Amino acid sequence: MRRPATSYWIGFCVILALLVVAPLVLPEFWRRFVTEILIWGLLGMSLDILIGYTGMVSFGHSVFFGLGMYGAAAALLAVKPANLWLALLSGLTAAAVVASFVAYFATRLRDIYFAITTLVFSQIFYVIIFTWTEVTGGENGLNFARPALSIPGLFSVPFTSETLHWFVLAVVTVSFLILRRVTQSPFGMVLQAIRENEPRARAIGYSVERYKIVAVMLSGLFAGLAGILYAIQNKFAAPDFVFFLISGEAVIFNVMGGMGTLVGPIVGAAFFLLLREGLSRYFTEYSLIPVGIIFTAMVIFMPQGLLGFAKRRLNQ
Amino acid sequence: MGIPFDQILIQTINGLVNGMILALVASGLTLIFGIMDVVNFAHGELVMLGAFTGATTLAVTGNFWLALIVATLAIAAFGAVLQVSTLRPLLGRDPLTTILATFGISLVLQKYALWQWGPSARKLQEPITGQFTLFYLQYPWYRIATALLSAAIIGALYLFLKYGKFGIWIRAAMQDRVMAQAMGIPVPSLHIAVFAIGAGMAAASGVLFGPLAGVTQNIGADFTLRAFIVVVVGGMGNLGGSILASIFISLLEAYASLIVSPSQAVIVSFVALILTLLFRPTGLFVPTPK
Repeated sequence: MRRPATSYWIGFCVILALLVVAPLVLPEFWRRFVTEILIWGLLGMSLDILIGYTGMVSFGHSVFFGLGMYGAAAALLAVKPANLWLALLSGLTAAAVVASFVAYFATRLRDIYFAITTLVFSQIFYVIIFTWTEVTGGENGLNFARPALSIPGLFSVPFTSETLHWFVLAVVTVSFLILRRVTQSPFGMVLQAIRENEPRARAIGYSVERYKIVAVMLSGLFAGLAGILYAIQNKFAAPDFVFFLISGEAVIFNVMGGMGTLVGPIVGAAFFLLLREGLSRYFTEYSLIPVGIIFTAMVIFMPQGLLGFAKRRLNQ
Repeated sequence: MGIPFDQILIQTINGLVNGMILALVASGLTLIFGIMDVVNFAHGELVMLGAFTGATTLAVTGNFWLALIVATLAIAAFGAVLQVSTLRPLLGRDPLTTILATFGISLVLQKYALWQWGPSARKLQEPITGQFTLFYLQYPWYRIATALLSAAIIGALYLFLKYGKFGIWIRAAMQDRVMAQAMGIPVPSLHIAVFAIGAGMAAASGVLFGPLAGVTQNIGADFTLRAFIVVVVGGMGNLGGSILASIFISLLEAYASLIVSPSQAVIVSFVALILTLLFRPTGLFVPTPK
């Protein structure tokens, strides 16, 4: 039992070290690319709590991501001078509020009905944000300046692409460690019990509904965090990011990388973005045609995703 | 704020017309779900492909009705290919994997349409150009014809399911797939046929919808979402329920657009869906399960 754990942490440290030095060696375009992979990976990872661990496919994660974006935007626009931590707080609050709302209603339903309900909730918020032009900027969204990276009383430096990368890396790493701890805690075990056999989990005496609500809220909170990071990186919030295509992409990350692994979605996000980037050189804006075909083929032939596939290969 | 009676009447007719087109889409979707537990996320894209195929045929031949038939048959054949190539391998797996697979297909089809037909909206020329006066409004006969034709197609489907040999097989397989197979019904080919029928009906509604509004590669997602809402509100796998729900939801949206803008009126149907799921998850128009 000891050896796999040791090699796991060695691998973890090696990859972390590579990601830390990445911005120093990579050119500007790829530096930004790696940062973006981390952010989308965090979104995928948050969804993995539901898909991989609780067995609920949410097709509405864009709403948490988008509300994180708009929450951060609200704080950055309202408070002068713009404060990074206030943006984080406000974005997380917005995501948490909408997550508890969605969780309360959607968790009463199962399987396909849960998927459709989450999808519909995200579309409701999309329509609201899209049409409420006075507050949200409507179709154009909101633009704002990037706040400085600061710890009050210690230092304050403007974000460069390196420091932004390290900041994102730190947030994603901490989130990963928290989520990993959660999935291995008794709470996470109950979630997996619900995935394996819901009636039995209920029969043992667990309040399945309450666990599901907490799982959706937790997942929504981390999806909101990813949205805040994306808002800070790109200096805007737009309704496109509340649209369900983003939720679909988060599901794609999970399927491609491997559900129920937490690391899988990050691998999936990297694979998806690289694939799209690489193929867009040949297919320009139609790169989603081959990507979609590869995705569909992976659903059929590789249901465990890249990571599950690699694991099985290594064990052979 | 009072709303004049004539506006309510116009919206009622609008709602009925839209409802019949939606019913054509939704009955295919619910048939597919009922017989093979497939949640077809790409159903709206089939509507969109049908509309584009119809537009191309119309441009070549100049005959709308021919375009309607060609598009229906072409997309039905395409649906059969889709079923064999992507959905058959997923048979017996979690229904959620079919959502994922058809979601992938919908991405491909949407971008394919963009590539093939370009980003600009196309409007099909309506075959019936006459209008009649409805209060202060010139109401086109074509809309009425659309509703009647949709009703006729759905009626034909109903008769086919009720009396046709193949239709009886389909209903048997919907009730109990394993038992139907044991009785010697060729369930695998039924699956192909049902998917083809559903795809063909989606394509037909796409062509009928074409003259009412511009056809772009984005209409698919909208149709998928609305058809989902209708199918859930009507009760999954319940044909009559989803037709009633189509009309119900379309009327709701039509009346709501009297008060708020049409893009916000969609929220009304979203709320209807959520309320249905919370209080009557088996569907509004089905008898209470015992």
